[in-house]
Amino acid sequence: MADKFLDTPRGALNALIYRGNTMKNRQLKFALALASPLAFLFAVGAPIPVIGFSLARSVIAAPLQAPVEQAPPESKKKKKIGAAKEEKAVEFTPANFAEIQKLANDRKLTPDDLLAAAKTYQPSGRHDEYIMFASGGHSGQMFVIGVPSMRLLRSIAVFTPEPWQGYGYGVGEDVLKEGDIPGQELRWGDTHHPALSETKGDYDGEFLFIGDKANARLAVIDLRDFETKQIVKNPITMSDHGAAFVTPNTDYVIEGGQYAVPFGNAYATAEEYQKAYRGMVTFWKFDRAKGRIDISQSFALELPPYWQDLFDAGKLASDGLIFGNCFNSELATGGIELNKPPFEAGTTQRDMDYLHIIDTKKAEAAFKAGKFEKVNGFPVIKIETLIADQILFFAPEPKSPHGVDVTPNGQYVVVAGKLDPHVTVYSTSKIKAAIADKKFSSKDSYGIPILDFDAVMEAQVELGLGPLHTQFDDKGYAYTSLFLDSAVARWTLGGEYSSLHPEPPWKLVTKTPVQYNIGHLCAAEGDTVSPDGKYLIAMNKWAIDRFFPTGPLLAQNFQLLDIMQGGAAMPVLYDSPIGVGEPHYCQMIKADKLHPWTIYPEIGWDPQKQAIDPLAPKAGQEKVVRNGKEVEVFMTAVRSHYFPENVEVNEGDNVTWHITSLERTMDATHGFCIGGYNINLSLEPGEAATFRFVANKAGVYPYYCTEFCSALHLEMAGYFRVKPAAK
Amino acid sequence: MTSVSFISNILGPRVSSNDLLGRRMHFVIPTIMLSLARLALIISVFLPYWHMTLEAPQYPNGLELTAYVNHLEGDVREIDGLNHYIGMRKLNDAASLERALGVWMVIAMVVLIEMAGLVHTKWALLLVIPALLFPVGFLVDLQFWLYSHGHNLDPAAPLSSSVKPFVPPALGVGTIGQFRTIASAEAGWYFACVSSLFVAAALFFHRRAFKPLFDKMQIAKAGG
Repeated sequence: MADKFLDTPRGALNALIYRGNTMKNRQLKFALALASPLAFLFAVGAPIPVIGFSLARSVIAAPLQAPVEQAPPESKKKKKIGAAKEEKAVEFTPANFAEIQKLANDRKLTPDDLLAAAKTYQPSGRHDEYIMFASGGHSGQMFVIGVPSMRLLRSIAVFTPEPWQGYGYGVGEDVLKEGDIPGQELRWGDTHHPALSETKGDYDGEFLFIGDKANARLAVIDLRDFETKQIVKNPITMSDHGAAFVTPNTDYVIEGGQYAVPFGNAYATAEEYQKAYRGMVTFWKFDRAKGRIDISQSFALELPPYWQDLFDAGKLASDGLIFGNCFNSELATGGIELNKPPFEAGTTQRDMDYLHIIDTKKAEAAFKAGKFEKVNGFPVIKIETLIADQILFFAPEPKSPHGVDVTPNGQYVVVAGKLDPHVTVYSTSKIKAAIADKKFSSKDSYGIPILDFDAVMEAQVELGLGPLHTQFDDKGYAYTSLFLDSAVARWTLGGEYSSLHPEPPWKLVTKTPVQYNIGHLCAAEGDTVSPDGKYLIAMNKWAIDRFFPTGPLLAQNFQLLDIMQGGAAMPVLYDSPIGVGEPHYCQMIKADKLHPWTIYPEIGWDPQKQAIDPLAPKAGQEKVVRNGKEVEVFMTAVRSHYFPENVEVNEGDNVTWHITSLERTMDATHGFCIGGYNINLSLEPGEAATFRFVANKAGVYPYYCTEFCSALHLEMAGYFRVKPAAK
Repeated sequence: MTSVSFISNILGPRVSSNDLLGRRMHFVIPTIMLSLARLALIISVFLPYWHMTLEAPQYPNGLELTAYVNHLEGDVREIDGLNHYIGMRKLNDAASLERALGVWMVIAMVVLIEMAGLVHTKWALLLVIPALLFPVGFLVDLQFWLYSHGHNLDPAAPLSSSVKPFVPPALGVGTIGQFRTIASAEAGWYFACVSSLFVAAALFFHRRAFKPLFDKMQIAKAGG
């Protein structure tokens, strides 16, 4: 009888409920009693493993039983957005091969073309392995591009107003104004060299810096929301080029000058060039906790007016040193209109220019010791102090060079010849030894000691015509752009890198033609202490015939090169037109080092302060407050309405308008524009914005959402009425 | 009948040490069962009772809604935001009394179960009925609120004309607009079920242990 009860869970249950009291075996009954809940679940067919799963999930989640609505949406999602699908071996059928063959024939694609496509194509929803931050030249912006797909992900407005991001059309003006100079609004910039923030010489993915060559400015971009947070104007000079470069822990952001001017907006004639014009390098102190440059802790070095060009910070073996170059040690002042040699000739007369070697620790010590003069209120360490405190040394470099790049281990500095077919490699240990042993060949006319060339030079490698910039990979190779040859050169490093590659050290390995006229180049994390290799971008200035001609103004051409294999193989994989600016330089970071917000952390977030704006209206706090001619609007936006939808003021009122996005969903961005008043905002989920204007035109001005947000997006609108003033 | 005998009629007979002799388990099992029931019920408070996933093309990760005895978790704001288009009331307007009292109700049930262990008559059943029926009651209440929310749509809402009153299923799969809803009972509810079953089992052992004593007591009374 007992056996029968145990035959099925249902039987066991029945036994317990109806028959248990007839059973004699106590142990059996006790076991049944204990088993009954499980038996019940079996009986009703409940999925017991599910209980275990949801139990485990709940136990993990239980301590976080936070108030509703607060948890960031990402953390508890099951699927990770953009993650590759489950990996399975891919098998092609004969039909696939036939189709590929036919497509290749129809579209005239070679096997190499198909391989290139396979190396770069990203199926829908799959994210790129690397993210590249490219300057946008005189568009005044930055571009964020995925690698290897080369898809443009977004632009970042920096020095130039940009309406899609709502930058400079109601909000963002505060940042833009920081970069103005007295008497002049500056509303564009010439972005040249982006620098990702570094920790121990490696990208940390937190901040991005970019210089403006035209106006000697520097901007800070926060990579939590990819927005410009600060613009600093260099108080002493008017143009830069070596910006931005960071020291290995981003203590300082380096801004090296370009066209020398008399400091502090002073006036001086061309004849006074040697005496009155000055070059410079500025050390901007970065306060990482605040995410801002701390101007009060920043200082500059006065340099001879040699037209400093690029800079790079030493790292590891050369940590504490900064290297820069220059290309007008001739002190040419031009004058083609006076039948004097034009700059292009005047600046290229001498055989050698000067590699600048700067001791940052000693420079910082001099600044802290107060050994500076103030120009426009900004501390400048004079040349005499640089000499006396052994802060600045020169080393000869072949004339009019370009690019000064420190190898990942910090042991070498590569200076590209530009007008010389070589790159010149300096040993940082030899430089240190030469400084210690005072191996000077001479001094320049400002009294700055010049190190003996042979004492500091490690190697010269002949690469081709017009070498400009150098980057590095993980296999002991260096890559140099050749402008005139229109090619990328791969060459071998020596020293401790010799064991990483089969070729002899300091030798050209191969060249890949690129289309056309390459400027900078960028390998994956190729200027850090641990380059990744894999991909290299050739940033070509000219595209000529690569794309459909879009009138006489043509896009730049970013070319993706595969540098995964060593030796001679270095194929071009992909051409990517950049039709929105003239990028100069870019840096490429592993995507998983970036941790951007997908929505702002809380409703009412002020991206400018990266904190809650206490004035930001929340749901239920919408109102219009009038105080004489001052009108303050507190508005919220959520799909698919603004609250309020009618705002009325009097002509001449000063309007302060707060608006908060109540959204908490990824990508639920709203716009807000007022026609006729030059207002357009981008309100990302949770963002709060405040803008001010004078209602100086009577009439009725519709406002509406400029970012398609929902099925009732067109209905997301309202009326701004300006009542005419009594005549 | 005196009040003392009224109370003793409800509490029933006490177990003498003579009764316990050699058959201690006989009387202890009901108490063990009731303790396990209490334990399961207390654990359930910390676990989700019910969960719904809403899937739609523009929500690649879906929207999640999780109900505990005392609060809702998940994408409540986004679901409310979407529901306003069809004029549905806010999720937190549903079962607000139940959620406010949820933890207290569970505590009350636990106390009642505790008391039931001391009552050695059929009145014990009355004390454990809330715990016995709680899992069923939860689902019935949930279904009621789903019905209520699905049938009290604001006629002035943007999409009121295109959505007919509906009831999202409390368990299983449903469809509303471009959304597919998948609802399931969760660990907390299962723990409440386990508690309920322990109560049922305890009642059985309770009757077996105390009915004979009770009968004996009645006979003794009649005899006296």
